[in-house]
Amino acid sequence: MSDHTHDIKKEIKVYLLVFGALAVGTVITVALSYAHFPLPLAISVALLVATIKASLVACYFMHLISERKLIYVVLIIAGIAILGLPLSLVYNYHDVLEGTVYVP
Amino acid sequence: MEGIPYTVERHPETGVFNAKLGVWLFLASEVMLFGALFSTYILLRVGALEWPHGSSILNVPIGTFNTMVLITSSVTVVMAWASLKMKNLNKYKLFMGLTILLALTFLVVKAFEYGAKFEHHNFPSKSTFLAIYFTLTGLHGLHVLGGIVVNSYFWGPGARMWQTDPERFTNRIEVAGLYWHFVDLVWIFLFPVLYLL
Repeated sequence: MSDHTHDIKKEIKVYLLVFGALAVGTVITVALSYAHFPLPLAISVALLVATIKASLVACYFMHLISERKLIYVVLIIAGIAILGLPLSLVYNYHDVLEGTVYVP
Repeated sequence: MEGIPYTVERHPETGVFNAKLGVWLFLASEVMLFGALFSTYILLRVGALEWPHGSSILNVPIGTFNTMVLITSSVTVVMAWASLKMKNLNKYKLFMGLTILLALTFLVVKAFEYGAKFEHHNFPSKSTFLAIYFTLTGLHGLHVLGGIVVNSYFWGPGARMWQTDPERFTNRIEVAGLYWHFVDLVWIFLFPVLYLL
């Protein structure tokens, strides 16, 4: 068996482990939703588990863990754009123009 | 006329073959598209006087089932690529075929979910929650459909390239797989945000 085939077989084991982790993560997310935590805690936990699952997919299935620097640069630019939008909303949320009249 | 350069070997400037850089640039634009829609969701939810719990409107067991379906399809598509790396076209066909079947299962389940909502007159115009639910899941569903078209091509007529240029075909499957993983990744966030919170 060539080294190349051996490497791929090792990778397949990692894929199956990641699949197990994703399935467990899904079960945990659903189970916790039935625990009826206060909303801020529920949002934090659900998004934390989702972020871990998404990172596993990106790092191992999409091979980002061993990708070239240029791909990281492309993703960092996209990341800044998607974080910038909600953060700018938070910053300006209470910034209401003077004299604004609300229609009931 | 020369063919497209760097379809197999890595470009000296970028360190990756051209299609890979192309798909990552496309995925970066997709990240921004879905990111903007998630921001819209956050703004609408924060600004609403009241917001329904997702499970009071949507079916959590069905959503969980569909999440497992997409996660499984992510494994099968990466196994399809790994099969080509091991020079096994039959296994590739099996795993890519499974990926397509799982994607179709996801869409059929989603169609039943939509049908049940419409039956109860739960249209996008009924509430802000339903409007953002149909927008986000509808756009995601279109991406699933796009993935089915591309993967079906590579399962069927596109697989002929394996005979003439196997390395290039393997790279094509890697690129198609990257797109498919992204579709899974978006659902990983959509499911808890819409169904569980």
